[in-house]
Amino acid sequence: MQLSEKHRQYWIKNMRLTGLLLLVWFVATFVVSWYARELQAITVLGFPFPFYMAAQGALLIYLLLVGIYAKSMDKLDREYTEQEKE
Amino acid sequence: MGGSNQGGFSAQLKRYYALYAGGFIGFVVMLAILEQMGVPNKVLGYLLLGATVLLYAAIGILCRTSDVVEYYVAGRRVPAFFNGMATAADWMSAASFIGLAGTLYLSGYDGLAFVLGWTGGFCLVALLLAPYLRKFGQFTIPDFIGARYGGNLPRAIAVFAAILCSFTYVIAQIYGMGLIISRFTGLDFGVGVFVGLGSVLVCSFLGGMRAVTWTQVAQYVILIVAYIIPVIWLSVKHTGNPVPQLTYGYVLSQVTAREQVLNDPQTPEGAREAEVRSIFKLRQEEAESKLKALEKGGEVYLAEEKARRVDFVAGLSAQHKADPQSLVASKRELSEFPENVASARSQWRMEADMDKLKAGPIAAHAEPFASADETTRDKKRKNFMALVLCLMVGTASLPHILMRFYTTSSVQETRVSVFWTLFFISLIYITAPALAVLAKYDVYTLLVGSSFSELPGWVSAWASVDKSLMSVTDINHDGIVQLGEITIGGDLIMLATPEIANLPYVVTALVAAGGLAAALSTADGLMLTIANALSHDVYFKMIDPLAPTSRRMIISKALLLVVAVLAAYITSLKPGDILLLVGAAFSLAASAFFPALALGIFWKRANKYGAIIGMLGGLITCMFYIYLTYPFFGVNAPLWWDINPISAGIFGIPAGFVGVIIGSLLTAPPDKNIQELVDMVRYPGFKNQT
Repeated sequence: MQLSEKHRQYWIKNMRLTGLLLLVWFVATFVVSWYARELQAITVLGFPFPFYMAAQGALLIYLLLVGIYAKSMDKLDREYTEQEKE
Repeated sequence: MGGSNQGGFSAQLKRYYALYAGGFIGFVVMLAILEQMGVPNKVLGYLLLGATVLLYAAIGILCRTSDVVEYYVAGRRVPAFFNGMATAADWMSAASFIGLAGTLYLSGYDGLAFVLGWTGGFCLVALLLAPYLRKFGQFTIPDFIGARYGGNLPRAIAVFAAILCSFTYVIAQIYGMGLIISRFTGLDFGVGVFVGLGSVLVCSFLGGMRAVTWTQVAQYVILIVAYIIPVIWLSVKHTGNPVPQLTYGYVLSQVTAREQVLNDPQTPEGAREAEVRSIFKLRQEEAESKLKALEKGGEVYLAEEKARRVDFVAGLSAQHKADPQSLVASKRELSEFPENVASARSQWRMEADMDKLKAGPIAAHAEPFASADETTRDKKRKNFMALVLCLMVGTASLPHILMRFYTTSSVQETRVSVFWTLFFISLIYITAPALAVLAKYDVYTLLVGSSFSELPGWVSAWASVDKSLMSVTDINHDGIVQLGEITIGGDLIMLATPEIANLPYVVTALVAAGGLAAALSTADGLMLTIANALSHDVYFKMIDPLAPTSRRMIISKALLLVVAVLAAYITSLKPGDILLLVGAAFSLAASAFFPALALGIFWKRANKYGAIIGMLGGLITCMFYIYLTYPFFGVNAPLWWDINPISAGIFGIPAGFVGVIIGSLLTAPPDKNIQELVDMVRYPGFKNQT
């Protein structure tokens, strides 16, 4: 399979998106939990912030990340396949 | 397959399952009416559990197939929405369903590691694995390893790892099945195991992945209904709001306020708690002095202690007016007296530890890594991180989950179906912490401070069923319940919620049916993974590639039977703690598969030798740590960097990555065919080269 410039672009875009989303994933999960004790004083909806994040916030963020990935990659796929057909 | 055709299929499915959900709710309502008419609880339990098991079997029979693509990957036309539901049911294990809320009740913030790990892992599945595996488009996970790295050895290692972690996990599921069936129908544990397995077999035996998929969707409907209804009710009772997930923050702050009152000896209630704690402190010291004497005196001391108790019971029985209760108590103490030094040591150690726990102040529910000193806090934080990481990477490596993403019709559908999976899983994982807080509020405000003569109905009901689930003892003899006097087993929270919320018994039976659905659906997926690894990867790919389809099917089904009987046999030996089994399954999967799978997709240079060294290195490191630290093996070596045994994968995962990278760099790059396979997997929208 000969890789064209388009292939390269597609892959770079994919990697950029994946990296960005993984960064958000990492911060929402590990950075917040690591500083949980320090963030304890902040209150969200009656919860201490770290508790809210681990019990609910992070889950909603994960859902958002997976949703964004599915949507954007779908769009990217369509963009690049249409170009190939031409 | 045309888009409109697929859309029609999906619409038809939605109609079927809507009808089915309606029918199921109707059936539960009918049972509730029967209960009002005085039908005994045991009969209701039989009816509900029996009906659901028969239903799963019926779906299995309707979906029977002998077509290879149907059998292995459900025809690759499962719509994203339904694959999401099926994967969620495949995913929700008995331990999650019954145990999670209890774990959160008992460990507060620190228990949320399970919630984070078991949901965040799907980000890795979505971003790093599922779409690429779907593009590859074969039948099993060892298929991918085999094709990507070439040769039979990587495939064989993958088969071994897939079977090892799936088998460990399936034992935990069958164990859960046996517990639920025996508790709610009164059948023997062993009989319960075989009834449950029978239903799993009918399903996977006749219809493979196709039957398992459609049964799992049905099971998801039951388990979500069973999880949500009691929680909504409990929430209405406490907050007047049917959506506890949004508002339990305020309940949590009330729980925190209660904790402060009970921990403060200046308040009247706090003073009584302090009294109970000081009694436990004395007991702890007593147990520790017994341990010290045991180390010095050994056998002789143990024999003396036993003789003293024999005399005491004899003296008490001889007395004419002996208090019958203390006679029973001292007789029980004698019958439970340890037989040798080793068992005395572990039994008294456990007593001392439990008393120590009860002698300490109440841990704050919302406080992360709660402890009095900095080193313990750091240790807890480190273990929290390690557990989250292990569970996440394990989620992204369990073959029975990844395999489900082969069943959608396209790469785009796969991406969407990971979204639906996470959505359906999160419904439960967002609810569980809310349930834990609501139940805690109930216990802290209504149970604590009530009088022993008028305990709430559910307390005495569960205390009479199982002492390890619920027990209340008046330690300081003041006739009033203190928090320190209540002992709650984790599983109680989910099981007793319907009664705490004053719901009819039929809802309790519904929760049991939900737990059974969770156990069965996961067991279905796991058994199929094991049988497929053996029949497809070992028999068809490695032994006899010319085998006709019909023979492959027969071999696969025969193996299922063998695996089922073996799993049931091992489960009947009761090999220990469910949570540790689950931890082992995740750690093993994470260590063996994740590095080889992820690098196989994202690093073209990864080759056969790297994969062999990485998979073996990860697996062996992880197995070695499990062997060293799990109580089951009896070695009990000191922990590495204080990492708890449940997170064994934290050593296996890096070992796997290092193995793949070093092994690959030291040997020649993979040949052109394999590099082209990687390209094929990476570009879903482009023309297919194969």
